[in-house]
Amino acid sequence: MSSHAHSAPHAMPAPTGFISKYVFSLDHKVIGIQYFLLALAAVCIGIVLSVLMRFHLVWPNAHLPFITGGIMTPEQYLGLLTMHGTIMVFFVLTTAPQSGFGNYFLPIQIGAADMAFPRLNMLSFWTTFLAFIAILAAFFVPGGSPISGWTAYPPLSGIGQATGPGEGWGQTMWIVSIALFCGASLMGALNFIATVIDLRAPGMTLMRMPLTVWAWFVTAILGLLAFGVLLAAGILLLLDRSAGTSFFVPAAEVVTDTLLNHKGGSPILWQHLFWFFGHPEVYIAILPGMGVASHLLSTFSRKPIYGYRAMAYAMCGIGFLGFMVWGHHMFVSGMSPYSGFAFSVLTMAIGVPSAIKTFNWLGTIWNGKIQFTSPMMFALGFVSLFVSGGLSGLFLAQPAVDNRLHATYYVVAHFHLVMGVAAIFGIFGATYFWYPKMFGRMMSEPLGKLHFWITFAGAYCIFMPMHFIGIAGAIRRYADYTGVQYLAQFQPVHKFMTIAAFITAIGQLIFIWNFFWSLKHGAKASDNPWHATTLEWSTATPPPHDNFGGHYPSVYRGPYEFSVPGVTEDYIPQHLAPQEVARSK
Amino acid sequence: MPIVTVTDVVEIIEPKRQGPSGPGKPPRGFGGGGDGSGAGSPGRQRAYVTGMTVALGGILMFFMALVSAYIVRKGAGTDWNSLIVPRILWVNTAILIVSSFTISRARRDFLRDDLPNFRHWWYVTTALGFLFLIGQLIAWRQLRAAGVYLDSNPSSSFFYVFTAAHGLHILGGLAALLAVAFHKGRRLTLATSSNVVAMYWHFMDGLWVFLFLLLTLGR
Repeated sequence: MSSHAHSAPHAMPAPTGFISKYVFSLDHKVIGIQYFLLALAAVCIGIVLSVLMRFHLVWPNAHLPFITGGIMTPEQYLGLLTMHGTIMVFFVLTTAPQSGFGNYFLPIQIGAADMAFPRLNMLSFWTTFLAFIAILAAFFVPGGSPISGWTAYPPLSGIGQATGPGEGWGQTMWIVSIALFCGASLMGALNFIATVIDLRAPGMTLMRMPLTVWAWFVTAILGLLAFGVLLAAGILLLLDRSAGTSFFVPAAEVVTDTLLNHKGGSPILWQHLFWFFGHPEVYIAILPGMGVASHLLSTFSRKPIYGYRAMAYAMCGIGFLGFMVWGHHMFVSGMSPYSGFAFSVLTMAIGVPSAIKTFNWLGTIWNGKIQFTSPMMFALGFVSLFVSGGLSGLFLAQPAVDNRLHATYYVVAHFHLVMGVAAIFGIFGATYFWYPKMFGRMMSEPLGKLHFWITFAGAYCIFMPMHFIGIAGAIRRYADYTGVQYLAQFQPVHKFMTIAAFITAIGQLIFIWNFFWSLKHGAKASDNPWHATTLEWSTATPPPHDNFGGHYPSVYRGPYEFSVPGVTEDYIPQHLAPQEVARSK
Repeated sequence: MPIVTVTDVVEIIEPKRQGPSGPGKPPRGFGGGGDGSGAGSPGRQRAYVTGMTVALGGILMFFMALVSAYIVRKGAGTDWNSLIVPRILWVNTAILIVSSFTISRARRDFLRDDLPNFRHWWYVTTALGFLFLIGQLIAWRQLRAAGVYLDSNPSSSFFYVFTAAHGLHILGGLAALLAVAFHKGRRLTLATSSNVVAMYWHFMDGLWVFLFLLLTLGR
């Protein structure tokens, strides 16, 4: 059985030409970096959009040179809102932590030479790339970007030009982009699942997998079950828009004085299909961050993860429950109070596995020899943001409370903290942690810490006040609050949040600088600079084409063997045979 | 019972799995490990079976989303006019069910190393697949001749969506059947490729029977 492992380590020979090595590469490591760079480009665009929105909220009458007409219209504001949400959720939060780092490190961490299906992997990336081009094209088509938000509720999204300037071509491009993205994500999910099930190294039992691998695995299952549903919904929406069907568009709709020829469609049906995908989607964004946080907290506390099995099972539990709570996004849709009650109880039930994870993270760092490196700072920040953002979810899980808060900034604050910024902190932690393995050099620690403090303080300054103005009744999604007295009183708070957003956005330039500057000028990294235990640190830096240079590691123990009594070093790598472990006399 | 057939075949392909190893003990593969991932290695061949199983899960979710939309939409509006499906659909359904038997027959011949018979039944399956698609196109033409279009009624909208989505999947299956028929054998062994294509084909058959029942009994 093992003869293959030594004679034919890789399904694909190492590529030689530039195109096959860096562009249409079959190597999961190159594809991982491609995904990461795509997400980096997307996040830059997403941040610029959010800064423009924040600017407009505070100075609604300012002349902007790059906007036709000079002053931003409400439709243009909604266009920014839609594109910000779509780009951030799909092309950043779904792409970077799962497709980016997952692609690069999942095969190495389980001791495989590549993903199970390298060609499918490449196809998946380039389909995502096409989807990204399609969504960017929505900016430039006649009428501009769509205005129906990242959730694209019909009838607004189902009719066409009549409902707004971006609802013609722009919305069509949106659906095309998301459909492509669904296809790409399904291919990726299939690949991840097959790789974890079939390509683990000898000794790499399920309960010896790093928690990052568990997270990518569960996330892939969520993606597999969720993206097909969004794809189906997207096709039906496209037919409503272009073929005159009435799946979602209700009868006798009069839009801008025109009676539309649709019959009896159900807008609520779209909401069900969308959120059946949409709720698992938020876990797709956050679960890889949970895996990374667990991994980093253990490594930099020099302690085994507290409750490894509980952590793995909690992730499965969160994934499972994630499919049964979509209705909590629809409490205000007029659903039966009994359904609302069921969704409410199930939603609060997610608090149980979430609390298991949180307390285990605290238990992990408790009494540890904590090393405050940049990746560790971001892992700690992740826990902080996850708790701060997650707690408001318990309030929103009450239908009665949600009725009051649903359309306010309270919800904006909740989801930005818990799935937006927390997931981004997971991405940052992963970047600082794995950068030396990926590129052979260390990122600057002082710049990393500066970046952390600006981002951490900035995130709280932007999103904490939103809770309070939300409770006070500040409606979300409006382009201009100055004309309404009770909304205008929040303008000073908006100004504070906008200035915080500017500073935080500029602070991200430190990261970009650190990332690209360190490629050439960072300190040379050893093969295992963090003294970590998992398999990626057992191979060369950067890893060779087949990951382990023609041989395969065997795995002898779990992934978090830190500070084992009687052992010389404070860590035991997974691949070290028991007789090779140096013991103190 | 397509699912049962699939499981049977999987067991033949898969090597015996070893139990999990305790901490610190010498390495033992559990499911995954032990066979590396070189081309043609058992691990990679097995990954194709896993990959197909997983892919079918994703496809099932796609169709179930459409099916639940069908059920909800039917109950939601007052404008639902039940569609009487064209009679040729009964013939098409029979053809697809027979093709499941022929592909099973082909697999059995393959496992007995009877390659000529394998190819024979494999070609028969491919031909039946094409026949099914032609039958579906005829059904569309009949509906069009009767003035039933995509946007005539939600029931007809769903009919076209279901048959088109399923037809595209059958088209993909036909491409795969042909690819196996003209197999050159590089990354995939014929055992694996014929196995995963048969899994897919049975699934598409079962899925169609379900959709057909939905469109006839559940209209």
